[in-house]
Amino acid sequence: MIPTLLTHLPLGSIGGALEFIFQSQPSSVTGGKEVGGPAQTIELALTQLEVTVLAVALSMAIALPIGLYLGHRGVGEALAVALGNAGRAVPELALIAFMAAVIGVGLFNVTIALSILGIPPILTNAFVGIRQVDRASVDAARGIGMTEAEILFKVEVPLAIPTLMAGIRGATIAIVATATIAPLAGVLTLGDYILNRNVYGEDGVLAGAIVVALLALALELALAGLQRLLTSRGLRLRPA
Amino acid sequence: MRTTTKKARASLAVLLALFLAIGVAACGSSDDESTEAGGQGGGAIASNPENGKTRLTIGSKNFPEEEILGEVYAQALEAAGYKVKTDLSLGSETIALQTLKQGEISGYPEYTATALESFFGLEPEEVPSDAQGAYEKAKAEFEKEGLTAFPPAPYSSANAVGTLKKTADELELETISDLNGSSEELSLYGSPECRQRIDCLAGLEKLYGLKFKSFHPVDIGLRYTVLEKGQADLSILFTSDPQLSAEKDKFVVLEDDKHVFPPGNPIFITDQSVAEEAGPDYEKTIVEVQKGLTLPVIQELNARVELEKESAKQVAGEYLKEAGYTG
Repeated sequence: MIPTLLTHLPLGSIGGALEFIFQSQPSSVTGGKEVGGPAQTIELALTQLEVTVLAVALSMAIALPIGLYLGHRGVGEALAVALGNAGRAVPELALIAFMAAVIGVGLFNVTIALSILGIPPILTNAFVGIRQVDRASVDAARGIGMTEAEILFKVEVPLAIPTLMAGIRGATIAIVATATIAPLAGVLTLGDYILNRNVYGEDGVLAGAIVVALLALALELALAGLQRLLTSRGLRLRPA
Repeated sequence: MRTTTKKARASLAVLLALFLAIGVAACGSSDDESTEAGGQGGGAIASNPENGKTRLTIGSKNFPEEEILGEVYAQALEAAGYKVKTDLSLGSETIALQTLKQGEISGYPEYTATALESFFGLEPEEVPSDAQGAYEKAKAEFEKEGLTAFPPAPYSSANAVGTLKKTADELELETISDLNGSSEELSLYGSPECRQRIDCLAGLEKLYGLKFKSFHPVDIGLRYTVLEKGQADLSILFTSDPQLSAEKDKFVVLEDDKHVFPPGNPIFITDQSVAEEAGPDYEKTIVEVQKGLTLPVIQELNARVELEKESAKQVAGEYLKEAGYTG
C-alpha cells in the first residue's frame, strides 16, 4: 500500500530511495538475492542507534565529570578548551584503522572511536556551562552552608542544564551521523547502504542518507524533550 | 635498512627489465607495429609535437594499484607529448565510470571482470576466463555507451580467500573446497560489499555451499591487519597484493577451484570521441607501457606504495624509467 502510493508521487530520485526502504529489490551483483526493504533497513537503523547510544554514554561518562569538576573549581580553562578543540580534529577513519591494529574491529572499536568525537562538545559545554553560572548564586549557596557537592549538583548543574544539554545534543548528532562509517570496522549500520553503491545502487545510498537524517532528527527531538524536562522552571523560555 | 632497500631496488630493477623484455618478446609475434617501439634499447616513448594540442585527464579508482596504473598511463602519455592532468582516487567503479561519462576525465583503468559484473550485470560464471575474451565482451558493451576499452594489461587481479600459512597448514587447506567441514569454525573478514556479492561471500556460500562462523565487514585497508592480529581466520585478499610475494611464508591464498572470483585484467576505458581526437598515439602509448605489467611487477610496484610508502606518482615514474620507456 505505502510503497505503491510512494512510487506514484512525483518525487524524483527520492521516490526510488523511499521504495528501497519499503520494498526489497533485486541487485545486479548479489546473484539473485534481494536487498533493502524494511527488515534490513530496521536492522541497520537499530544497530546505528545502539552504537550511537553506547558512544554518547561513553563520552558523557568521560567528559561530564571532568568538565563539571574543572568548571566548578574554575581551573583548567586552557585544558578544557584545548582538549575540546584538539578532539574535533581527530580523523575518525584513521582512528578506527589505528585501533583496529590494537584492539581489533567490532563494536568496542567503533564505540571508542565515536565517543572521542563526542567528548569535545560535552566537555567544553560542561565547563562553560558551569563557569557561566551567576557567581552571586554560588556565593549565596555557600553562604547558607551547602557543601561543594551540593553547590555543584543543586545550584550549578541545574542552572547550566541548557548549555550542558546543548553539548550532549551536538555530540549525539555528530556521533549518529559518523556512525555511518562503522561498516568499515565490522559493525553493520546504515552506512552499509551508503558505502556500497555497487550493491545497493543509487536508491540505496540515498535511502541510507534519508534514514540517518531521520534518526538524527528523532534523537534531536528526544533530547530536546529531555532538556525541557530537566530545565528548572525558572529557566524555561516561555512561549510568547 | 636503507642499504637493504637500495639493494632490493637494484635487483628489482633488473627483474623489471627482465619481465619487460619477456613481455615485449611475447607480444612481438602478435603485434608487429608496436614491437619496434618496444624493442630493446628503442623502448623510449617518442614525443610527438602533434599531440601537444590534446589535453587529457587521467582518472583512477581509490586504491593504490589503480593510482599506480593511472600514474603510469598519465606519465607515459605526457612523454608522448600530450598535455596531461590526473584526477586520481575518484572512488568506486561506479563513481569513476560516472565521472568518465560526464566528461570530467578522459579515461581510467578498469578491470575486465569488474566492468562485466558491476556495469553490465554478468554473473561471475558468465565472465570469460581468458583475458582476451573478457576484454572483447567488455569492449563491445562499452561501445554501446559511446565508450571504448583499450587492450588488456598482462596481469590479472582477482579477489582471493587468504589465511595465515600457519592456519592453512594446521587445517590442511589448499583450495577453497578444503574449507568444507571447518568453515563453520572460521571467521571471514572482507569489504562491506563482499557480504552481498555473488563474486564474494554470497558466492562462497552459494557455489561452494560454505557456512562461516561469522562474516565481519572491514575497510579493505585492514585485510592483512585482521589476519596478523589473529582476529580473522580468513580474509578476502587480492592476488596482486604485495604481501603475497613479500611475505610468502606468512600469508597464503586458497585456490578458487570453483571459480567464484573471476580474474580481471586492467583495461583502460576512454570516451570514443576523446580517443578519436587524441589520435593513434593515445592507444599505442597505453598498450605499450602496460606490457611490462605482469603479476610480479605489479606486486612489486604495489609493495613500493603500500609497504614502503612511496607515492604512486614516484613509483610509476620509476617503473617507466626502469623499463626504459622514459629517459
